[in-house]
Amino acid sequence: MNVIASRFVQAVMVAVLIGTATFIMMRSLPGDAAWRIAAGRYGYDHIDAAAADAVRNELGLDGPALPALLQWLGDLMRLDFGNSLVTGQPVINEITHQLGASVSLACVAILLSLLMGPPLGILAGLKPNGWLDRGLLLVSTGLKAIPQFLMALVLIVVIAVQLRWLPAAGHGEAKHFILPSLTLALGLAAVNARIARDAMARIAEMPFWRFAHWKGLSTRQTLLRHGLRNVAVPLTTYLGLQFVTLVEGVIIVESIFGWPGIGHALVHAIFSRDVPMVQGTALVLGLGFVAVNTAIDLTVRRIDPRVAS
Amino acid sequence: MNHMNALDLRSTSWRITPIIGAALVFVVALFALLGSVIVPGDAFEQSLLKALSGPEPLAPLGYDHLGRSVYHRLVDALWLSPIIAVAAVITAAGAGLVLGTLAAAMGGWIERLLVIVADALLALPGLLLVLIVLAMVPGTALGFWAGLSLVLWVEFFRLTRATSREVIASPAVQASRLLGFGPVYLFRVHIWPEIAPMMLTAAAFGTATAIMAIAALGFVHVGMRAPTPELGLMMVELLPYWREAPLALLSPVIATFTLLLGLTLLAGSRIS
Repeated sequence: MNVIASRFVQAVMVAVLIGTATFIMMRSLPGDAAWRIAAGRYGYDHIDAAAADAVRNELGLDGPALPALLQWLGDLMRLDFGNSLVTGQPVINEITHQLGASVSLACVAILLSLLMGPPLGILAGLKPNGWLDRGLLLVSTGLKAIPQFLMALVLIVVIAVQLRWLPAAGHGEAKHFILPSLTLALGLAAVNARIARDAMARIAEMPFWRFAHWKGLSTRQTLLRHGLRNVAVPLTTYLGLQFVTLVEGVIIVESIFGWPGIGHALVHAIFSRDVPMVQGTALVLGLGFVAVNTAIDLTVRRIDPRVAS
Repeated sequence: MNHMNALDLRSTSWRITPIIGAALVFVVALFALLGSVIVPGDAFEQSLLKALSGPEPLAPLGYDHLGRSVYHRLVDALWLSPIIAVAAVITAAGAGLVLGTLAAAMGGWIERLLVIVADALLALPGLLLVLIVLAMVPGTALGFWAGLSLVLWVEFFRLTRATSREVIASPAVQASRLLGFGPVYLFRVHIWPEIAPMMLTAAAFGTATAIMAIAALGFVHVGMRAPTPELGLMMVELLPYWREAPLALLSPVIATFTLLLGLTLLAGSRIS
């Protein structure tokens, strides 16, 4: 239960950090926050000093700092995220609305990457330095050097603009999933494949593997009985770390493909200085990381009991 | 807890790859340094008559949609993000080294507090932190430097702390302490030689991460502002004119890829 305790401390710390950061952001915005918020509400052509003052009074944008910070963090701990400064809707409603779109995109991307990366990695690891291994190393090194936005750009130019096979942006139909999730999945698969390959190569050199062969099992049987579970341990562990890459990818990819998810909302919130929305989205992403990694810590212990002892 | 040690990939590294990586970085650096010496020109000068036209001697990579020389904008862009990235990496490495050694040497609540803060930062996506800092700090370049330093120091801190802890517990350091050597000497003679080789890898990765972040945020219009020549911004500006001027779009794409591939190879075969 040590795992859960340390992850809980991490979660609280994440909340305090985001809360303080967004509070400082609220206080130290360059320019007048009231003007920006008013512009966000009424449009840039329809604001004047009176509208800005009204917003300032309504939101209490001036006043002493420390009590305000404590109140701010107190609200956060009570899971009261407040209302969006732009739309006036409760932040929690907006986020739950957008989270679904992001989670479905992320899940499709992870699934796609697991279908591409590990099988290739395992095949390559069974014959280290074979042609598949060398080819995979080359491709995955190249893919790792391509940032997600560049991958998105290449896919849009080649598949959507030149070949006209798929729409470049949009949301709602199954075909809209393909390009954004492929963008995320290729980056994830590049790393997945290398991890599976290295784990497989390491396992194939172990005495128990050779013994299984020697007693007459085929490679297929050895892999199913003795290989997969061992490969799964580092793969699962890295899946937790890849979650950060995935979230960064979601922020970028959603903005590029116009996907109405939480990353898109975050970029918009930052753009219009909608601090409660920034805080809410950042908190969901940070706590999501902690939750996913807690689940993964526990799963790894199930797969490989040696970790616990 | 420490996922980084889950498997050691160094055994599979090829010695030739760092050399190829260094060569690629060198080529890009050479272009950035000598580009405007070989073909003098200005990155901001517009001539709308030449918008999207092809290469000519004064503009070897053609013109963009506003009739500015893509070649000279690329030279400027290849100065901008690497300088911010290197500045952020130096700051982050310094902070990580000092705090990491401090944590390992002092132990107790100082160490625990630093580890908790580092773990919390690790749970936040780097781009998110950079975006929040960008919104607070006036000046985009300054904001990128501050935000990226904040993101990157964690890795240096973790490396330094893990290594220093082992070294400080070793008999060699205990002997040095008994002989009365001070903390500066201990760091210089015992700790630094252990950390130094890892620093290069971490620095190359950090630089690549920083350049990627600047370009990615530029590409979604929340990073550098037009008319600053920046790699991601150039790409998104030229994307609509892909059919008319493919070379203009391909130039920043190829330059970015070469630079990032070079840095990745230079860092060696380490994951994440």
